[in-house]
Amino acid sequence: MTINSESPIVFSPLHRLQWEEAQQKHVILYPEGMVELSPSATEILKLCDGERTLEGIVNELEEKFETTGLQGDILEFLETALINGWITQN
Amino acid sequence: MAGSHKTEITPPRWLLAELTYACPLQCPYCANPLEYEKYKNELSTEEWIRVLTEARKMGAVQLGFSGGEPLVRKDLPELIQEAHKLGYYTNLITSGYNLTEKKIISLKEAGLDHIQISIQASSEDLNNYIAGTESFQEKKEVAKLVKKQGYPMVLCVVIHRLNIHQMEDILEMAIELGADYVELANTQYNGWALLNRDMLLPTREQFEKAEAIAHRYQEQLLGKMKIYYVVPDYYEGRPKACMNGWGTTFLTITPDGQALPCHSARELPGLDCPSIRDMSVREAWEESDAFNKFRGLEWMKEPCRSCPDKEKDFGGCRCQAYLMTGDVNSTDPACDKSPHHKNILQAIEEAGHFSSGESPEKPLVFRNSKNSKQYL
Repeated sequence: MTINSESPIVFSPLHRLQWEEAQQKHVILYPEGMVELSPSATEILKLCDGERTLEGIVNELEEKFETTGLQGDILEFLETALINGWITQN
Repeated sequence: MAGSHKTEITPPRWLLAELTYACPLQCPYCANPLEYEKYKNELSTEEWIRVLTEARKMGAVQLGFSGGEPLVRKDLPELIQEAHKLGYYTNLITSGYNLTEKKIISLKEAGLDHIQISIQASSEDLNNYIAGTESFQEKKEVAKLVKKQGYPMVLCVVIHRLNIHQMEDILEMAIELGADYVELANTQYNGWALLNRDMLLPTREQFEKAEAIAHRYQEQLLGKMKIYYVVPDYYEGRPKACMNGWGTTFLTITPDGQALPCHSARELPGLDCPSIRDMSVREAWEESDAFNKFRGLEWMKEPCRSCPDKEKDFGGCRCQAYLMTGDVNSTDPACDKSPHHKNILQAIEEAGHFSSGESPEKPLVFRNSKNSKQYL
């Protein structure tokens, strides 16, 4: 399974992204499961809004953190997210 | 107790709320205690809300409403609503029996996140026989309605000798019903299942065949349908990392308010599990003897004590250790390093005699009030 760079990416409606006060981190919740997220993973997933494509997400984050060369890491994470069903593409 | 070495106490993440022991089904591998008929004094709505509130404050985030059959409780919508407000991810673990579309919609409005439906087999006759109730067509209908109403849909099938040959049909049925997740849970032989083990335990050959089918579907459906395959510890030679470590992650509250480190812990002698009617959830979790008894690694005997895997499997299942060795502190006999591992091999051999027809069939003991009363 690979990310289609043309198609917008959306966070799965069957999952929930939530801040956990007790853990001081964001988590993904799904049937009987939980994944703890790093701050950078959270930043990426929050941009999976069904409108942005891979390029849109990369541009947004490179701008926000005033850096370049994030595409490789972001793509790697999104492919993991796709296989795990956290995000979908049409 | 852990003596002078104080084990760090982590907060609970998963709360299993067993709302009631009442259930319209009679599955002969039920995880409820044999003597469940004894425990009639169910927590009130207010008491449950207190439990949910206190556990959430500690950090619990996954909440399973279970039973028996949780739909039997009239206050289920109210409890779901409270749980949702508190920020839990709420799971309804149900037989699907008597679950109408109207109810599915109203539970969603109350904030329910997910419904897990148990199905006993892929064929009507066998499902109804194992469940002890005519329920197959209804369960399939409910599964479709759950999906239609936008919930993630999880099918749970407990696997044993009577249905293991249906592995492929079970997975095809899951695809047909549009399941997002399938849990293929090889039976854990505690409680009712232990009572019926001779008739339920598959042979190694049956396991291997079924496992290969499950793995094939896992690969084929990657990214589409998640298949959880709960390994059969009798045939693994390794014990399960039971409850992710005692008192680290999981908290079960029984219908009558006992706080348990694992849903079967009630059958352990002398554990003296605390009641949340006498104390707060925090006190039960942090201070009670029951929750501290097997916390950490200090309680372990050999061969666990010097084993390099002790932080992976935590010595395995305490209930299985007790039920098969008579000593709750011993290594889980599912481990091939256990001096009692021969008990597992012997159980496999004995069940094999029933499977091959050498021994005459035994009647299954179904989980119902009449049978439970024999254990009061």
